[in-house]
Amino acid sequence: MRTILLIVQKEFRQLKRNRQMLPIIFIMPMVQLLVLSFAATFEIKNTNLYIVDNDHSQLSREMTAKFRGSPFFTITGYSEDYQSALQALELRKASQLLIIPSNFERDLHKQDKAKVQVVTDAINGSAAALMSAYAVSIIHDFNIKLLVETFPLVNLLDPIDIRYSFWYNPKLDYTTFMVPGILVLLVTLIGLFLSGMNIVREKEIGTIEQINVTPIHKYEFIAGKLIPFWIIALFELAFGLTLAKFVFNIPMVGSIGLIFGVASLYLIAIMGLGLFISTLADTQQQSMFLSWFFMVIFILMSGLFTPIDSMPAWAKAINIINPIHYFIPVMRNVMLKGSGFADISKQFWSLVCYGSISISLAVWRYRKTS
Amino acid sequence: MIILFGMPVVQVLLFGFAITNDIKDARIAILDKSNDYMTREITNKLLSSGYFILGENLDKDDQIDKVFRKGNIREVVIFEKNFAEKIEKEKHAAIQIIADASDPNMANLLFNYTRSILNDYQRQLFKDKQFPMQIQTETRMLYNAELKSVYMFVPGIITILLMLISAMMTSISIAREKELGTMEILLVSPLKPLQIIVGKVIPYVLLSCVNAVIILLLSFFIFGMPIQGSLLLLIAETVLFIIMSLSLGIFISTVSQTQQMAMMLSMFALMLPTILLSGFIFPIENMPVPLQYLSLIMPSRWFIIIIKAIMMKGSDIMFLWRETLILVGLTLFFIAMSVKKFKVRLA
Repeated sequence: MRTILLIVQKEFRQLKRNRQMLPIIFIMPMVQLLVLSFAATFEIKNTNLYIVDNDHSQLSREMTAKFRGSPFFTITGYSEDYQSALQALELRKASQLLIIPSNFERDLHKQDKAKVQVVTDAINGSAAALMSAYAVSIIHDFNIKLLVETFPLVNLLDPIDIRYSFWYNPKLDYTTFMVPGILVLLVTLIGLFLSGMNIVREKEIGTIEQINVTPIHKYEFIAGKLIPFWIIALFELAFGLTLAKFVFNIPMVGSIGLIFGVASLYLIAIMGLGLFISTLADTQQQSMFLSWFFMVIFILMSGLFTPIDSMPAWAKAINIINPIHYFIPVMRNVMLKGSGFADISKQFWSLVCYGSISISLAVWRYRKTS
Repeated sequence: MIILFGMPVVQVLLFGFAITNDIKDARIAILDKSNDYMTREITNKLLSSGYFILGENLDKDDQIDKVFRKGNIREVVIFEKNFAEKIEKEKHAAIQIIADASDPNMANLLFNYTRSILNDYQRQLFKDKQFPMQIQTETRMLYNAELKSVYMFVPGIITILLMLISAMMTSISIAREKELGTMEILLVSPLKPLQIIVGKVIPYVLLSCVNAVIILLLSFFIFGMPIQGSLLLLIAETVLFIIMSLSLGIFISTVSQTQQMAMMLSMFALMLPTILLSGFIFPIENMPVPLQYLSLIMPSRWFIIIIKAIMMKGSDIMFLWRETLILVGLTLFFIAMSVKKFKVRLA
């Protein structure tokens, strides 16, 4: 036990002396949490709309006024020229066009129907779907209002009354969703990279030889290497949760103890993985590339940004080795919905397995002889 | 070596297929209090749409919270009692949709899909009910008619891989020489700082170019990305971007003493901001204004715009001169900064 404590002490001293690393370890993650959580949003607050009005009637002006009044739309152009509208789309000055054909008002009154066209820049598919839906619903509302004004007696009620409610986050606030996820990410980066680089660094500088000739046991060495970063990462998690609570006003419905319990387990799994990678690599460069490779895959496939449900089956299968994808739902479910231990037991036991496998691999691969 | 070439290939393939915003197979639960022909028909309609799969059938209200807490179910659809009977007699019945909005985007999309399926159903049911004075909206999706999210993500993946690999490779390799002390040897040689930097970078330029070609070939043949514009322009811009990333890497390495430091910098300072602030996953227009300004200095942002424009819109240099100029400017800036830093260290 004492040996472990001594190694821990050594690691902390080394860390303290490294003046450049300290701010990176402590300040950078917090700055990123603060800044990036605001960036990660799919919410469409603003659409740049270009209106091509070939009708110039009272009605077409009334309809465009609806778009001007909506906070979703900023009118960036208004003309009769379809070509210049297309050019605006190509130059990204507009992301949506509303085209009102000539005789719009006349058709509506004489033929009982008239057409308008909404053209959306669809490179970002899901945003385009929403933008298009917004535009259609504004036109629909305008239509209904027009009908009510002209024929006050028509029954416009739909037979099926669709009611809806959004639970756990009724305002559809995006930071509520992202902050727990980004927190996981930052803690993971610290855990995986610091531990991953550590043993290799000793290998490269040559100090590992000195440790190898001492009577320190393998497990003592690994434990001594893990504990400092484990403490640092948990500390960062605590700090990050405080920020989440007071800066972002993220509701914390569930038990904080449960979060920390799962987090400590998760960190062991992640650090075991980092150590395992570092025992495989000879230079820091190699170790870093390997960790980076896994990290990018883990992050992008973790369900942090894009839904796991939509992934093909083989990708879901690959996710079994992705530790982040176990922890992110735990964070989100416990923090936002107040899930208890029974709800997250599947993820919990998966992490237990993951941790024991990765740690034993790391201990097994670490050789005291070179 | 295998790592350098193999990794990007594996990643492009993985992400190209796995990262998508399209909703598919979202698990929903049904709480059917009336269980008549109409509610069954609607349920079938929902489940056969491809967006939803049935996660669970509930029979009590208080189960809703329980299934949500487990986290597998994204949405619950509730039919009120005697649904079909009410529709036939009173011409009015209610369906309640409860979405798990802890993922707001998902909740919003799922709700919209469900609503449009229900609306289709009732339109079929009451074909005869026609309104006068209809404004029909025709919607058209330009550049990506099928709304494939591959088109959105592949350019982003190309950018991120190129940028991170190039910047990281150079920064680490120079920091490594510093840490091992071999940099001293180079510095006492009669080479000028500029020569040392250029010499160190050239192998990585070649390496990254090979990587870029592989990635572009993959995205063209496997993901069916169109290349509407000129291939030559695309390649030229890619090379420019690679040089930019490499000079960024050099800059990082001149400010860091150890490999660990260089790595943490290129990792923390580059990875998350490149992913989040470049418009790769999250559209820049939606961000708060200060962040939009911040994204102006992200090189990846400009390159993503360039690739998308060339590949999907077929734009030529006339439309892209501004973005190109910014990339050139950033490159010069990073090179100038690192040469300056380099000299300071010599003194």
